Amino acid sequence: MNSPRMLPNPPTPNEPIQFASDICNGCNLCVNICRSDVLMPHPEKGKPPIVLYPDECWYCGTCVLECNRKGAIKLVHPMNQSVTVIWKRKATGENFRLGMKHPPAPNTRKPCS
Amino acid sequence: MSTWHEYLNEGNPVPLWPYPVNYGRENRLSTDVLIFGGGIAGSHAAIGARKAGARVLVVEKEATKWSGNGGAGVDHWLSACTNPCSKITPEEYTKRVLIDCGGYDCGPLRYISSRESWEALLDCESMGVKIRDTDEEFKGAAFRDEETGLLFAYDYENRCEIRVWGHNIKPSLYKGMRKLGVEILDRVMITAFLVEGEGASRRVCGAMGIHTRTGEFYIIEAKAVVLATGLPGRIWNFSTEYRSTFRDPNCTGEGVSAAWRAGAEFTRLEESFPDSGTLAYISYAVGNAHNTWHGCPIVDANGKEIPWVDRDDKELSSIEERFRPAQGQRFMLGDGLRVPPSYENQNKKLAPDLPDRIRSGEFVLPLYADLSRMPEKERRAIFGLMVGNEGRTRIPVYETLTKAGFDPDKDMLAVPVMDPSAYCHSNFWAGVGAPQWRMWGCGGVVVDWDLRTNLEGLYAAGGAVFGAGAHSGAAASGRFAGRRAADFASSAEEVPVDDEQIKREKKRVYAPLNPEGHPIGWKELNAGIGRVMQDYCGQFKSEGGLSEGLRLIGEIRESEAASVSAANPHELIHAVECLAMLDVCEAVIHASLARKASSDYLCFNRIDYPRMDPPEWRKLIALRKGKEGAEIRDLPFDYFLKDSNAPSLEENYLAHGGLSGKEAHK
Repeated sequence: MNSPRMLPNPPTPNEPIQFASDICNGCNLCVNICRSDVLMPHPEKGKPPIVLYPDECWYCGTCVLECNRKGAIKLVHPMNQSVTVIWKRKATGENFRLGMKHPPAPNTRKPCS
Repeated sequence: MSTWHEYLNEGNPVPLWPYPVNYGRENRLSTDVLIFGGGIAGSHAAIGARKAGARVLVVEKEATKWSGNGGAGVDHWLSACTNPCSKITPEEYTKRVLIDCGGYDCGPLRYISSRESWEALLDCESMGVKIRDTDEEFKGAAFRDEETGLLFAYDYENRCEIRVWGHNIKPSLYKGMRKLGVEILDRVMITAFLVEGEGASRRVCGAMGIHTRTGEFYIIEAKAVVLATGLPGRIWNFSTEYRSTFRDPNCTGEGVSAAWRAGAEFTRLEESFPDSGTLAYISYAVGNAHNTWHGCPIVDANGKEIPWVDRDDKELSSIEERFRPAQGQRFMLGDGLRVPPSYENQNKKLAPDLPDRIRSGEFVLPLYADLSRMPEKERRAIFGLMVGNEGRTRIPVYETLTKAGFDPDKDMLAVPVMDPSAYCHSNFWAGVGAPQWRMWGCGGVVVDWDLRTNLEGLYAAGGAVFGAGAHSGAAASGRFAGRRAADFASSAEEVPVDDEQIKREKKRVYAPLNPEGHPIGWKELNAGIGRVMQDYCGQFKSEGGLSEGLRLIGEIRESEAASVSAANPHELIHAVECLAMLDVCEAVIHASLARKASSDYLCFNRIDYPRMDPPEWRKLIALRKGKEGAEIRDLPFDYFLKDSNAPSLEENYLAHGGLSGKEAHK
């Protein structure tokens, strides 16, 4: 780890858009279409964009829709929202929530297209 | 590994702004029809104008491919009265909505929406949006028309609301515009109109703006302009920290500001709605039974189902009845139109006395939305089709929840636990806010049957026009306004550009680069303006409070707003948005001062004039910027049927370029 630097607190929400650096190829398609200009191209070519203005994300998800590398971008709701998304499995009575440590298996059914 | 802090912590230096910055450098463009705002209304306006033969330029502050309030998708299409299965005529529909709005609605906008929204949807289909169940996934469902493959929502008998697969609506429109030869200028925020002449003969002949990434200046000459900037936001509530705004936060009122300063006439500006701001939940992602989730069974913590009732509060005995009119009821309006349906058009709903029944212990919190109690096709239509395609739901809700394991076949989605009063309406994700927290109502410019404002050359569509609306109304009115603007442009003369106006505007918009006194950031200014509106123009208004608010807005112009600073083009845009907000606030407060009565229809409470909707105040208050303050006049509800207008909706529509029969879709 680098020596601590003098920085202001990270803005909240911290990271509405998360990039998988092993999948993202830094094509910047998402940068080109982000309505709020939340994302900035990385100074180093080929690297994922920098989330410069996380506090301006509208959580519209169009960066994910625009991306043509599956899994490169993940939209993450801020914690003050994700803790409110809770569901109960009827058969077992188990409670689940968005962001929990051990989530149930994904539901792989696709939306109607 | 992509946050700003991580980047710096790795030891990287602060990079220079990634785009070439050239503050003030002039770019001159010219076109026949300029579209101010490339969202849903603007895109359809562009297509309408282009098909009518005009050169068209769309100027969009965001990136047109996905921009605007409706840019992230649409799942149901309202007011499609001319679709082949509809049992409601545009006349009947329009008249009902005008009544339900108490008269405070825009007749031309409403009639054009119900007359052309189906045609606008067919346009979308021709550009690649799926509007029919071609895979027969819903074959046999009560909401499916077996002949056309159309799927309906809300009222399965009268069939005016169509379920659509619209997650790709905006890229489809974008592609369609490009194919037609519409020019598109992204990342430019228009800040003012170019105008010619004074008073009644004033004409709008172009606009000016700044590039949001480079800071360059744009001067656009146009024979006609379509205002398509949607609904201003961030006027009362502003928090970037824990945001959950339902509306696109980039819509901040620069359209209202530009039109106000040019002398356009507005109405219904005194209206504002309650807003729960940062206390709202992710739209459609918590248990609810509203809009897209209409009809979903809601159960309490012990699995006891909350009854659904009809307009007489009579309990329904089946799920099927939630989608059928009550006995003797002509039709139901559905949700999403921002119109509170009267007794005649009411939807089936959750028992309205639910708050009391929670307080008394009959129902135990938390509540859950239990889609598994619905027939499979209804369940799939709500979660797979509608949540899968609605604006801001395909990724933020459908993908996010299913990846985390949510399965509507097996799971119940929890409704947030709130004060019992919050359960009076099934839109549970809206949460509850403070009385000071408001959002823009249905205010906008006054238009005639051409969707033209009082200013020659300036047309308007969608949320920019006063009156309630939705995605389909934006599309239909855009289509119409584009045609009318093109028609005007075809014979309009070009006007030489007035350099004085350019000089003035450049001075105004670049002021944040050299702020007066001690600089202040745009966020602090935005929040400060919002605080004035919360305190002096919140739920409860009075002459003294409103006057004080107006004084403070004027004072802020000279103090904090003169000190707002910008370190790069991104901040500059936000700073100029704040300047626009001051105009918006001024107009709203003037309108609020002018209505000396309260109104249920307008969510308007004057503590000094508490009588609700007294007969002498059943009228619109129209206002425009005056030399001092505002010029105000009364506008009768049926202004669009009076004076030189024909006495019926259809005659006016057809006389002003409305399309009949085969012309309707081309």
